[in-house]
Amino acid sequence: MISELFYMNGYGYYVLSSFLFTLVCFLGLYIITKIQLTKEQNKFNVKFGELNSEQVKEAKKQKIYKEIIATEIYSKI
Amino acid sequence: MNFIKNYQFNLVRKSQKIVLGLFLIVLMLGLFEALVLSPEDYLQGDSVRIMYVHVPSAWISLGIFSLMAALSIMVIIFKNKLFFLVAKSLAPSGFVFSLIALVTGSIWGKPTWGTWWAWDARITSMLILCIFYLMYLIAWRIFESKDYVTKITSFIAILGFINIPIIKFSVDWWSTLHQPSSVNIFSETTIHTTMLIPLGIMTAAFALFSLLIFLMKYNTELIKIKNKGLDRL
Repeated sequence: MISELFYMNGYGYYVLSSFLFTLVCFLGLYIITKIQLTKEQNKFNVKFGELNSEQVKEAKKQKIYKEIIATEIYSKI
Repeated sequence: MNFIKNYQFNLVRKSQKIVLGLFLIVLMLGLFEALVLSPEDYLQGDSVRIMYVHVPSAWISLGIFSLMAALSIMVIIFKNKLFFLVAKSLAPSGFVFSLIALVTGSIWGKPTWGTWWAWDARITSMLILCIFYLMYLIAWRIFESKDYVTKITSFIAILGFINIPIIKFSVDWWSTLHQPSSVNIFSETTIHTTMLIPLGIMTAAFALFSLLIFLMKYNTELIKIKNKGLDRL
């Protein structure tokens, strides 16, 4: 039963390699994206930890991207 | 850490976990349906099971690129800065899906057509889509710090969109090795329900995966902007 499932009348090599390639791509993309996210979060934690009390107050006032992005390069579209 | 704990971040973070859980459940169900329960094809035998990864990947890569092109047009018209963040966050999963569609299509081609590759209209236009995805991602990497990055990436997305109808109708316009569509919205679907169900489940699983990657990338982009905000203090 199990060997039949893997053999698939001679097509097992093609079918399973296709599924394996797909799952490897998924896993690879997930890991890369997770690493990038963690890296940015850690960078944020370090930067935030280095702020003095006044800067922390200022930082807390910032409303995510709405204010920040307005003065970023993207506003020059 | 109150700064980072705001509504939008929390929403994105929580939804990531829900989507990951849903994706794993639907994927397991889809794999069981595709590899065990679904029948073999009368002509192609068990090689037809490749369809369950090949077709959803192709559909989603086409859908994502169309969405990216629409968002790029909206960036130009409405000058809304969030549209390009969404488009940028969608691109990596779209690229990977186009790559999966090409590679699994190539593997499927060997037992059915007797060749790994043919410069056929559908396959070539799909390769062009993959190249456009790559150009889009490379453009972001190269020009990220430049003022004109959104112009370049939007141009790539809009130019690449011309290729989408070519991919869709290539099997009707030209004589190709690739078979015509079996699943149609406006005309009769020529695929049996026993194959349509696993195909639908795998498409749902792949869509959930692209949503998961999008949420993670979007969150990364928001934190990047937050970091830039901290640099300005």
